[in-house]
Amino acid sequence: MTPSWTGLVWSHLRKDLRIEWRSRDAINSMLFFALLVVVLFSMAFDPSADTSREIAGGVLCVATLFASVSALNQAWAREIRHQVLDALRMTEGGGAALFFAKVLANFLFVSIVQCILGPIFFIFYNLHPLGDAWLLTLVIPLGTWALVANGTFFAALSIRSRNRELLLPLILFPIFLPALLAMVQSVKTILTGDGSDPSLVWIKMLGGYDIIFTTISLLLFDTVLEAE
Amino acid sequence: MKKLMIALGAVGVAALMAWGYYQAMYVAPTEATMGEVQRIFYYHVPNAMLCFLFFAISFVASILFLAWRRSAPAKALAADAWALAGAEVGVVFCTVVLITGPLWGKPVWGIWWTWDARLTTTLVLWLIYVSYLLLRKFAAGPQMKTLAAVLSIFGALDVPIVYMANRWWRTQHPSPVFFGGDDSGIKDPQMLAAFGWNVLAWGVWGLAALLIRVYVERRQQTIETAEASAALMAD
Repeated sequence: MTPSWTGLVWSHLRKDLRIEWRSRDAINSMLFFALLVVVLFSMAFDPSADTSREIAGGVLCVATLFASVSALNQAWAREIRHQVLDALRMTEGGGAALFFAKVLANFLFVSIVQCILGPIFFIFYNLHPLGDAWLLTLVIPLGTWALVANGTFFAALSIRSRNRELLLPLILFPIFLPALLAMVQSVKTILTGDGSDPSLVWIKMLGGYDIIFTTISLLLFDTVLEAE
Repeated sequence: MKKLMIALGAVGVAALMAWGYYQAMYVAPTEATMGEVQRIFYYHVPNAMLCFLFFAISFVASILFLAWRRSAPAKALAADAWALAGAEVGVVFCTVVLITGPLWGKPVWGIWWTWDARLTTTLVLWLIYVSYLLLRKFAAGPQMKTLAAVLSIFGALDVPIVYMANRWWRTQHPSPVFFGGDDSGIKDPQMLAAFGWNVLAWGVWGLAALLIRVYVERRQQTIETAEASAALMAD
């Protein structure tokens, strides 16, 4: 019996979550790395109240970005050991389900890191949002999805190259730039509370970016998985 | 005979470039508000248009490569050479755009660079295709061509965004000269002629570079295939 697509996604996802639950490699390393970046930025720039609201969104996004890259590389690297990736390639159901499960798992890990990091961040930078703070619950997941969907895709793409740890950021960062811009701009609008963006144009752009790039990734993932 | 044709072709391209330069620098009238510095336009805009053309060639060739890589490997190799050449020449043209832009921006805007939508998206486009070329360097092995083709498709997604950037957003970059509404287009016939000659000259130059690059890459592929089969025979 052929399992349904959602069934495939669910079994891949369960496997990834179980591995992470037993080792907690990805979440711990991301958490510590992101914390370091936040501390480094607060040393490099004096986070006094007014300027901190301007730059805080950017610091949070970049900290997440740098932290995620290490975890994204690991996400596929652990499938290389014992030829698991080759075995996965031979399973039925195609690469799209595998990819989607991996994105969901990574999305969950990065979100957990952000939930822990968020309060620390607000304390370090002495923040209290002046705009609609509830919008952050829309912007942050959308931006994280853009990062994780592209990151998982390009990690799979660069896994077969030499210097793969170096290649992933080189490919991922230029592609992710539009989403980063939209994310930083909307977080800045929310934190500073200036009403310059009443139509939520940056959030809409982020949503559009997510839809386009997730679709393209799902369509092209089989090609990447079976590249030879 | 072949050498003669190549030499004649090179002379023709050089003459066309010189004629384009003469038209832009000496024939076209000086623009009323910006003055002489406006003449950069005759280089900046044709290069921007042509860089889209070369990225489009890379995009189409990448799709053809993916379509043919199983069914027609020989045709797929040719498509890959076109994809690589298109991306490389496109990056050269995009670099000219990114250099001539600030040269014009400094006297007119007073700053070299501003993070406006058109400028930012163009820089992102340049970065994506440079990362494409890096991927081709870093990823060894036969699967590299497939991976590069996939990345080229992602890069092509940025081209329409660059094109629409100063239509969607209110940018500091001048509004579109062509296809930008009722008032767009060049009114002065001499300016239009200078612009047209430069599009032609740079286009011919770029296509010549593209063809040479494709030729070199095809030769490289032949050598690699020969080496691979020689290694197989030796076993």
